[in-house]
Amino acid sequence: MRKSRASLLAALCAVVLVVGAGCGTDDSSVRERSSPSDKAVAGSATVFAAASLTESFTELKAMFETAHPGATITLNLGPSSGLAAQILEQGGADAFASADQSNMKKVTDTGVIEGEPLVFIKNRLQIIVAAGNPEDIKGLSDLVNPSLKVVLAAPQVPVGRYAREALDKAGLTVKPVSESVDVKGVVGPVTLGEADAGIVYASDVKAAGDKAAGVDIPEEQNIVAEYPIGVIKDSPNREVALKFVDLVLSDRGREVLTGNGFKSP
Amino acid sequence: MLRAPHKRQAPRFRSERGNASINAGRRTIPKAASATSGLLIRIAVAISIAFFLLPLVGLLLRTPWTELGIELASPPVRSALWLSLVCSLAATAISLLFGVPLAWALARWTFPGKALVRALTTLPMILPPVVGGVALLLAFGRRGFAGRLLEQAFGITLPFTTAGAILAETFVAMPFLVITVEAGLRSMDRRFEDAASTLGANRWLTFRRVTLPLIGPSLWAGGALCWARAIGEFGATITFAGNLQGRTQTIPLAVYLALETRLESAITLSVVLLAISLTILIVLRDRFLPNL
Repeated sequence: MRKSRASLLAALCAVVLVVGAGCGTDDSSVRERSSPSDKAVAGSATVFAAASLTESFTELKAMFETAHPGATITLNLGPSSGLAAQILEQGGADAFASADQSNMKKVTDTGVIEGEPLVFIKNRLQIIVAAGNPEDIKGLSDLVNPSLKVVLAAPQVPVGRYAREALDKAGLTVKPVSESVDVKGVVGPVTLGEADAGIVYASDVKAAGDKAAGVDIPEEQNIVAEYPIGVIKDSPNREVALKFVDLVLSDRGREVLTGNGFKSP
Repeated sequence: MLRAPHKRQAPRFRSERGNASINAGRRTIPKAASATSGLLIRIAVAISIAFFLLPLVGLLLRTPWTELGIELASPPVRSALWLSLVCSLAATAISLLFGVPLAWALARWTFPGKALVRALTTLPMILPPVVGGVALLLAFGRRGFAGRLLEQAFGITLPFTTAGAILAETFVAMPFLVITVEAGLRSMDRRFEDAASTLGANRWLTFRRVTLPLIGPSLWAGGALCWARAIGEFGATITFAGNLQGRTQTIPLAVYLALETRLESAITLSVVLLAISLTILIVLRDRFLPNL
C-alpha cells in the first residue's frame, strides 16, 4: 500500500514536472563524474536532433545499439529551433545536434551544454523537384515563375532561413504556396506531386531516394550549414550520450553522414 | 452520448455509501485497509484534477497580460485570428448544409449499408487528423483522382488554398454535427410531425415549423461542437492545406510555429483558443447540455 502511494505521488510529481516545467532537477551532486572508457555502456539517452538528420541518426542509433547491447538511444527529431525551445523550456535531452549554430547558441548561452559543441558535419542547399524534373527547373531563378508551386520552410526554421539567404544572394524573391514547419514538410509535398519545387538540404534530397531529384545551387548562391553537437550538462545519462556523440564524430559516423548526402566539415 | 437523458443529478462523491452491494463488500475488508483505499481514491482524484488544472494554470501564469493587446494586434496574430474565424464558420456552414440532410437520412431512412455509412461518417472523429489530411491529399490533391477531375473540369486546386483549409476543417468537424443532430432527430417526439401532416401541412412545412424547432437545441449544440472542432483543427489542415500566413495559417498552426520563436504570440493565441473553448462549453452547458 505504502509503495503504491509512493508511486502515485511519483506520478503526481511527474505530472507537475511535465506541465509546470518550472522546477529543475539537479542530481549532479549524487553522480560522480566518470571519464568515458572504451568498454560498452549501458542505459538510455535521449538525443534531440535536427529533422534533416533523421536518416543518418537512425542509422547511427542502430549502429550504436548493436555495439552497446545494453544501451538504447531515443531520437527526438524536429526543427532545430523547436528542439532548442523544448530543451530550454522542458529539458529532457541528453544530447543536442542542431542544424545551425544560432539555435545551438541559444542553448549554450544558458549554460546547459557541457563544454563547447563541436561541428560534426556540414550541409548545403539543393532545389528538390519531383523525380525526372518535369518542370525542367535549372536553378533558383526558375523558382520565381508564379505558375510554379514552391514550398519553403518557414523563416523561423534554419533551412527556411538558409533558403531565403540563398535567394537573397541570387537577388530573387520567391512567393511560396506554403511555409512548412520543418524540412521534411518541404520534401513531402514535392514527392507527392502537390508542389513543384522546394529548397532543402542536399541530404534531404538524397533521403527522398528515387521519388525526388535534386537541382544543384551554384557555390556563390549556396550557403553552408554547420551542424554542431553537444552533450547536456549534468545529464543523468551522460555516459551513453557521450559515447553516442563519440560515434557521431568518429570516422565511421562521418561515413554514415556523407553517405546520406552531407559534406565533411 | 452527448444527450444522455435523465441524468440531471450529478453523482456525488459520497453517494456510494448508500450502495448496498458496496457496503456488503466492505464488511469483509479490514477497517484500516478500507481507510487506506479511501485515501488512495482521494489521491487519485486529486491527481486527476491537478492533471487537468495545472496546464491551464501554466498557460495563464505565462500569459503576457499587459502586452496582450499588442500581441493580438500584431499582423501574424491578427491574420491567424481572422483566417480561423472565416475558415471555421465556413466549415460549420458547409457542415450544416450537408450534415443535417445526412443526419436526417441516418435517423429516418432505412437503407442497405446504413451502419456502414454511419461508421464512415464518424470515422474522422477518431481518425488521427494527420491521416485525414494525407487521405484528403491523395483524393483531392493535384495528383489525387478527385483533385485531377476538379482541376480539369473547373480549374480548381485545393491544396495550399484557403478553400483547402476549409475542406480539411469540414472533414474533421462535420461528424460532430451529424451525430448530435441525428441523436436529436431520434429522441424527438414524432407525433408532433404526424399531427402537423394530418392538419394538412406538407413535408417541407412540417420540417420547417415542427421538426426544426424541436431539434433546435441539437442543431445549436451540434453546430457549436462542430465550430469548436473546426477552429482547433491542426493536423489535417497543415497536411492538406500547408501553412502560409493569411492564406492557410489558422490559429493552431500559428501557435505551433510561434512556439519556436515567439513564445508570447504562441501563448496569446493559446489563451484566445482557450477562451473560445470555455465560452462554447459554458454556453452549451447552460442552454443545451446540462449533463456536460
